[in-house]
Amino acid sequence: MTDNNRHIAFICSKGNLDMAYPALVMGWAALGNGIDVTIFFTFWGMDMINKDRVDHLEIPPVANASMKMNMMGVPGYIGIPQLAGILPGMTPFATKLMKDKMKGLGVPTVREYLQMLVDAGAKLYACKMSVDMFGLKQEDFIEGVEAVVTAGDFMDMTDGAQIIFI
Amino acid sequence: MTTKVLAGLTVQVNEEGFLTNSAEWTKEIAVEIAQQEGLAELTAAHWKVIDFCRQNASGGKSPTLRAITNGTGLSTKELFALFPKGPAKKVARIAGLGKPEGCV
Repeated sequence: MTDNNRHIAFICSKGNLDMAYPALVMGWAALGNGIDVTIFFTFWGMDMINKDRVDHLEIPPVANASMKMNMMGVPGYIGIPQLAGILPGMTPFATKLMKDKMKGLGVPTVREYLQMLVDAGAKLYACKMSVDMFGLKQEDFIEGVEAVVTAGDFMDMTDGAQIIFI
Repeated sequence: MTTKVLAGLTVQVNEEGFLTNSAEWTKEIAVEIAQQEGLAELTAAHWKVIDFCRQNASGGKSPTLRAITNGTGLSTKELFALFPKGPAKKVARIAGLGKPEGCV
């Protein structure tokens, strides 16, 4: 980290596919503009750096009021009935839909995005409490995760940084 | 809109120092802007990126970083090493283009 340089720290606490992207997109934009980036993964956000989980993040249509059927070409803003959302296959279906849309826009996968961020100088850290809770080890993580750190460590390493909680 | 003298030529720039008319750009201007950005020398690899951006600019805007890595075959690491600390803006400024539109 360079002294006096703008520094943004993201806390990723969600493991759903849609919530994986905000930190990746903003982190990449920050790096492109010369801003230091630190990303701290905690709770469900651990899935983003878990090498067995990162390619299988999903978006469930249940309890997602903003997901309307116009994504599937149905005109207007007709919702997906919540009871339909619980049917087997609905979550994989919604996930595939989102992944296809992202791919169509040239948006990299979560795994690829994280690699880009690491290559561009972002520092990734895993939350100690979550690691203990989920029984994870450093070798469970994708390459580029620097260390498992405590909340206190995170506070020290983000002194003066702008913090975004996702 | 203001003007600035770069490499002996008067060019139009915006408040952030980006050329607003990419047609006013010359290689000499690129060298001078690069020096102001802390790049003492532009190597063949730098020029590969700059030329790619000039050729693939859309509406006077520089391509996104991902478009640059995909298009030039350079890795993300290499691109950030060539143009450290903010390649998105740095490349655009040196290439006489606007900041990239697009998030990737």
